[in-house]
Amino acid sequence: MPPEIEAIAEQVFIALADPTRRAILASLASGGPATATDLAGQLPITRQAIAKHLALLAEAGLVTAEAGERRRVRYRLRSAPMQVAQQFLAALARDWDGALGALQDHLDQRAERPVTTKLGNAGAGGGPSPP
Amino acid sequence: MAFPDRIVRTVEVAHPPAKVWAALTTADGLSAWFGNEATIDLRPGGSARLTWTNGFTAELRVERVEEPMTFGFTWHIYGLPEDDPRRTYVEFTLEPAGAGTRLKVVESGFAQLPEDAHRKAYDGNTDGWASELGELVAYLDAA
Repeated sequence: MPPEIEAIAEQVFIALADPTRRAILASLASGGPATATDLAGQLPITRQAIAKHLALLAEAGLVTAEAGERRRVRYRLRSAPMQVAQQFLAALARDWDGALGALQDHLDQRAERPVTTKLGNAGAGGGPSPP
Repeated sequence: MAFPDRIVRTVEVAHPPAKVWAALTTADGLSAWFGNEATIDLRPGGSARLTWTNGFTAELRVERVEEPMTFGFTWHIYGLPEDDPRRTYVEFTLEPAGAGTRLKVVESGFAQLPEDAHRKAYDGNTDGWASELGELVAYLDAA
């Protein structure tokens, strides 16, 4: 297994563990690229603190710095590491135990439940997690 | 390594392999326990579709059909963008166990490298990233 994939996922989870960095990432995700000054106007933290977190996020490859208007540095969310973290979460969320339990019920003919029960269970923990 | 590349489960079922095989590889079987609706073209390269009542749909590509021992397919990794080419490989293995069946499911390929990491690794080492990838990628390359 490539060692870097775990390092990438770890950096995402470290970034998301801090509420300020979560707020910065959420703001870039919803509002698009922004400067440290833009972000300071949107979030209840100083521009200085934001700059420090942005530097850390850039170092981790979670945001990229680009030239904005009036020679201001603008930060853009980088989605590739998020997709690696999603792979990790997908593995954790894949519910084969639920699916195999449903298979056993089906084979044992215990699956003859009312249709409403089956529909109610779909994707809600009782059955397999949809891919 | 903490990043889970594969999920492995083995269950014993009190039914013969032929019955388990039908549950895994027919539209009637799959719609009874896996999705709420299912279609399947049971041949390597064939496609199958599972639909859940909550709106989820899964497109499967059938990869291995060796009745009644091995059934394998690939599917999209849940949570990644629709156009992401990465897929996991799911393989069911059926083995007679007394009057019943030992059923094993292995889903592998969660720890594939994303595309830009491929590039980074490739740029840094011309021996290439291919040798470092898991068996899913080798499997897909061979197909």
